[in-house]
Amino acid sequence: MNHSISLTVNGARRDFVLDDPRVTLLDLLRERLDLTGTKKGCDRGQCGACTILVDGKRINSCLALAISNDGADILTIEGLARGDQLHPVQAAFIAHDGFQCGFCTPGQIMSAIGMIGEGQAGNDPERVRECMSGNLCRCGAYVGIVDAVLEAQGQMDETNQRRSA
Amino acid sequence: MKQFDYVRPATVTEAVAAAAQPGAAYLAAGTNLLDLMKGGVSRPDRLVDVTHLDGLDQIETLADGSLRIGALVSNADLAHDAEFARSYPAVAEALLSGASAQLRNAATVGGNLLQRTRCAYFYDTASRCNKRAPGSGCDARDGENRSHAVLGWSESCIATHPSDFCVPLVALGAIVEIEGRGGRREIALDELHRLPGEAPERESVLEPGDLIVAVRLPPAARGFAAHARYLKVRERTSYAFAVVSAAAALRIENGRIAEARLALGGVAAKPWRARAAEDVLKGMAPTADAFQEAASHALKGAKPSGDNAFKIELARRIVLRALTLAATGTPARIPALPASPFASISGALHV
Amino acid sequence: MSELNLTSAPAHLRHGSNIGQPLTRRDGILKVTGQATYAADNHPPGMLFAVIAAASIARGRVVSLDVAAAKRHPGVVDVMTPEHKPPLAIDPEIKTNPFVFRMEALQSNEVRYANQPIAVVIAETLEAATEGAALLAPRYETLPPLVGLDAGESFVPPVVGVGNPAESYHGDVEAGLAAADKQIDATYETPPQYHNAMEPHAVVAHWDGDRLSVDMPTQGLKLSLARIAELFGIAHDKIHVRSPFLGGGFGSKGLMGGPPVLGIMAAKLVGRPVKLVLRREQMYGPVGHRAPTRQRLRLGTDTEGRLTALDHHARTVSSTFDDFYEPAAGASHTLYAAPAIRTSHDAVRVNTGTPLFMRAPGEATGSIALESAIDEMAWACGMDPLAFRLKNYAEVEPMTGRPFSSKALRACYEQGAARFGWAKRPLQPRQMRDDAGLLVGWGMGTATFPALMFQAEARAAIRRDGSGVMEIGAHDMGQGAWTALAQIAADAVGLDIDSLDFKSGTSDLPDAGIAGGSAHTATAGAAIHSAGAAVIAKLADLATSDERSPLFGAGNAGVIAREGRLIRRDDESRSESYSEILARAGVAEIEARGTGAANPAAMEQYAMHAHGAVFAEVKVDPELGQIRVSRMVGAFAAGRIINPRMVQSQLFGGMIWGLSFALHEEAITDRRTGRIMNANLGEYHLPVNADVPPLDVITVEEHDPHVNALGIKGVGEIGITGSAGAVANAVWHATGVRVRKFPIRIEELLTQL
Repeated sequence: MNHSISLTVNGARRDFVLDDPRVTLLDLLRERLDLTGTKKGCDRGQCGACTILVDGKRINSCLALAISNDGADILTIEGLARGDQLHPVQAAFIAHDGFQCGFCTPGQIMSAIGMIGEGQAGNDPERVRECMSGNLCRCGAYVGIVDAVLEAQGQMDETNQRRSA
Repeated sequence: MKQFDYVRPATVTEAVAAAAQPGAAYLAAGTNLLDLMKGGVSRPDRLVDVTHLDGLDQIETLADGSLRIGALVSNADLAHDAEFARSYPAVAEALLSGASAQLRNAATVGGNLLQRTRCAYFYDTASRCNKRAPGSGCDARDGENRSHAVLGWSESCIATHPSDFCVPLVALGAIVEIEGRGGRREIALDELHRLPGEAPERESVLEPGDLIVAVRLPPAARGFAAHARYLKVRERTSYAFAVVSAAAALRIENGRIAEARLALGGVAAKPWRARAAEDVLKGMAPTADAFQEAASHALKGAKPSGDNAFKIELARRIVLRALTLAATGTPARIPALPASPFASISGALHV
Repeated sequence: MSELNLTSAPAHLRHGSNIGQPLTRRDGILKVTGQATYAADNHPPGMLFAVIAAASIARGRVVSLDVAAAKRHPGVVDVMTPEHKPPLAIDPEIKTNPFVFRMEALQSNEVRYANQPIAVVIAETLEAATEGAALLAPRYETLPPLVGLDAGESFVPPVVGVGNPAESYHGDVEAGLAAADKQIDATYETPPQYHNAMEPHAVVAHWDGDRLSVDMPTQGLKLSLARIAELFGIAHDKIHVRSPFLGGGFGSKGLMGGPPVLGIMAAKLVGRPVKLVLRREQMYGPVGHRAPTRQRLRLGTDTEGRLTALDHHARTVSSTFDDFYEPAAGASHTLYAAPAIRTSHDAVRVNTGTPLFMRAPGEATGSIALESAIDEMAWACGMDPLAFRLKNYAEVEPMTGRPFSSKALRACYEQGAARFGWAKRPLQPRQMRDDAGLLVGWGMGTATFPALMFQAEARAAIRRDGSGVMEIGAHDMGQGAWTALAQIAADAVGLDIDSLDFKSGTSDLPDAGIAGGSAHTATAGAAIHSAGAAVIAKLADLATSDERSPLFGAGNAGVIAREGRLIRRDDESRSESYSEILARAGVAEIEARGTGAANPAAMEQYAMHAHGAVFAEVKVDPELGQIRVSRMVGAFAAGRIINPRMVQSQLFGGMIWGLSFALHEEAITDRRTGRIMNANLGEYHLPVNADVPPLDVITVEEHDPHVNALGIKGVGEIGITGSAGAVANAVWHATGVRVRKFPIRIEELLTQL
């Protein structure tokens, strides 16, 4: 049975027909929409490599059926930079060497952006560690990740303050 | 994953009718169901997607002081609701100690109640499991079972219920609102999950088509806000299921425990309310001796189901600690590491 | 073509501006924007999806597969089985060289371990292929599996690790123990561990007639290519392997395993490109792991705390069908001076996928046992663990008496201890608490890893526009090769890094050897260094023999290459740019090749090892037994550091692996079935962010003129060694409870707290 669904992906509306309700958001992005920046590390919600934002919230896209998310607004790693202008979290990950092999990195970055949006961690490294614990990094780049998230969050706060001032 | 029909009902009534058919399963966020389907543990023919139903995602205070939480409220939204966290701090702490931020953003209140055990033999479709394949046997019983049940288990099943959320909920006397073919009914959360007995495949009292639409905390549950904690021992600091956990809530009046609530997680096929221990504490001063005695009562009848005798001692100690922490008072803010023994971030050393 | 081996030529002739700089990763932007293309990100037109069906028994035979049911599923194109598959040119059971391991390529119905591939379903969609594999519903004839360290009759393997003897002796251990004032005799157990790179093994295979293109993550492009060539009976030049990015390797992507071969076979079978990606649970079997060990250490000391004997025996396992033996006891060869040292190994065969190299193979497993035993011995002597290690400091390599090519371990101890504040450590355990009442303990361990070299080749070129090219089929699995090697390359050709076109990561480039053994930067770097020197020498020939050049006649005085110019060494005012030299000579590009390899004479003469000292603080809940590491300091001396930023990250990563070894990782095998019951990332615990405390790395300056031209020892693996023991020793110091079975579990502490 075919199902028509519509999603907003990185700002662009995409309408398409899904021929199989089993397709997860992750496999939809990777195998059908050619957005392979989002990674599959475990496919079972246990590693966080597939983290994307759905309606502004970070989730594991491997455990979300595309069809059930009909109408959702999706942001992936490909939708962050504006041309050559990296998102502050992306830039901070480079500056703090918050990755090695880079495979978990899209998920880490999307998770960090989601976390900053949630506003629960503040500038407490211990809270950042806890709030970023849904993203495994086998290379062990956690120290750089925490530094990067704290720095980017600080920059984003400043930018927001300037905007609102 | 097996092929299935996807149904998106417009109303709760339609949902109940669609899900009452054999082979049907409700789909909420899917954080547990899709995992089970990918592993071949669940193979439904039909998914009834309730995520688009209206009106199930509200948190509302009722006239009598109860709090009613819609079944589709996400774990994160509930935990981060400031009023909720203030009134039911142990529940918020438990929610935030579960899974990861991503999973909490997706997972729903109703789904959390019905999450399946983490028993490896249940997940491993090549193993015998009475819960997954009734009558096939239990390979956990003589298997790798250091994390299995120590209370309420049977020869046919030694699995545990993995929820954190349910532990303080059951302690606080939460009520589950269910919409079924016979209309709406409600039961105490403590009566939702069944112990395995001879039929571990029947994990709850829900009938085909039954849909949890809300969870309600009764007015009395607010009375514990000043002295309520959830504590969870894990094998890594975060993103791990409980080895053992406990929720403790006290209502202290004039230096005495007017009422105590206590429940354990990770020890049985259901969140384990320790009523005998609660009774022991009633009227007592909140002292270490009283808590010791309560802890012994809480574990009365516990026995190892395998290589897990340590969990009984661990549970006793965690009850003692949770009660002690509760008596000390709810912290002003949920700790950086919710429910962790390392919740304190102080680093000062005493040599 | 000019070839030059610079392993004995002086590196310091050209003072680069790139080596030693903490550049950020050159592939950073690609990685943070999702544009870095890993193997599974490829999707050639017409591609199908292949999914492996894996055995659920550990030993026996597949008697039937419901192929019809799988084929009935909409979208399923074909099912590859032992009865229906394209032929291979050679039997995958044949070991054509010591670096070839036996693999499962559906050559028979026999099952030798759980999770062994038994069929491959190929379909139009991933969903169809996945369900098709489930529908095969295999039936088996099951035999009782061999499980665990006591599964059967033990034997002494012919070699352990790569070509190391299973038993080594120096002095008389029994006499040393008999003469000892104090002795310890302790047995430690380490569990099976799985690499679990975040990127699952993946292959996208595309046949075009008899030409084959393969996208797959590999730590050994040329080795993989050679294995593919022999298995499929095609010439090397018909195969193109691309591995521009690896999502982690840690040894599991070093040698060609069965799954990518199955993907290539599937593509051949259906005549269309095929993508095959292992599911996470399928990585617990066919792609290697760290074997479990049981290690007995017997140590004796004299009245002053000097070792009189060190006896280290390790029991390990290999598969029933191939040989790899975790060389755990080898860790005792190099670190501590003792008049008598004996190391020995034995093994049993079990129904498991063949164990393989996993980050610090042997060294990691051996180190946690040895460092625990040293800690126990120090305590028995009533000595501070650092003082005890200094007392037994090896001035020469204990087993051989050879001098070290360099060894700044004393400085590592000093600087690490100072940074950590070790001097304040109470000797007795269970003396420290924090203000929340948690038990606090401090432990240390010594780190060591051999400085190895393999063989590599590189091609360098200078173009008429003054830019440079460096080509080498190297591998970046996260260690930062694209950056560090490009830094070496830029210095090698005397150019700014941005003026250099650094090409890497494909099999058509010169062979960089395997990215393993912490030797890749040294080996590939030496080849690059040598190729650069060779091309500069050619350029210098052009200039110095041309009367029109300001460098004419520089001859033996020589020139140096810097910032795109050749400069007369004895007169820096005389120089000429590369483009001027080439333009005048009418040459579009000049090129040269260079190689990197170990210098056998130096290896004969010197013991070559990197060293380090790791200090850890843990907190333990005094009643509940939960453990958390609260800080770690590691001081490492590993020769020349090419990129301090990347080296720090590598060392952090290693230290976290050490922490994980001590406290988290364990594959739990059902002793009845041989199945791994936590073959996932939910219950096989890797450390999460909240497990990792603030880490501090010190790189101790070390100049090593012998290891290789660049003085590099490698940092990929050493971080695990020492760290695992440091954490374990800190748990003892916090609690007074010595746990000898790893990872340290709550139940081991609980009753003794």
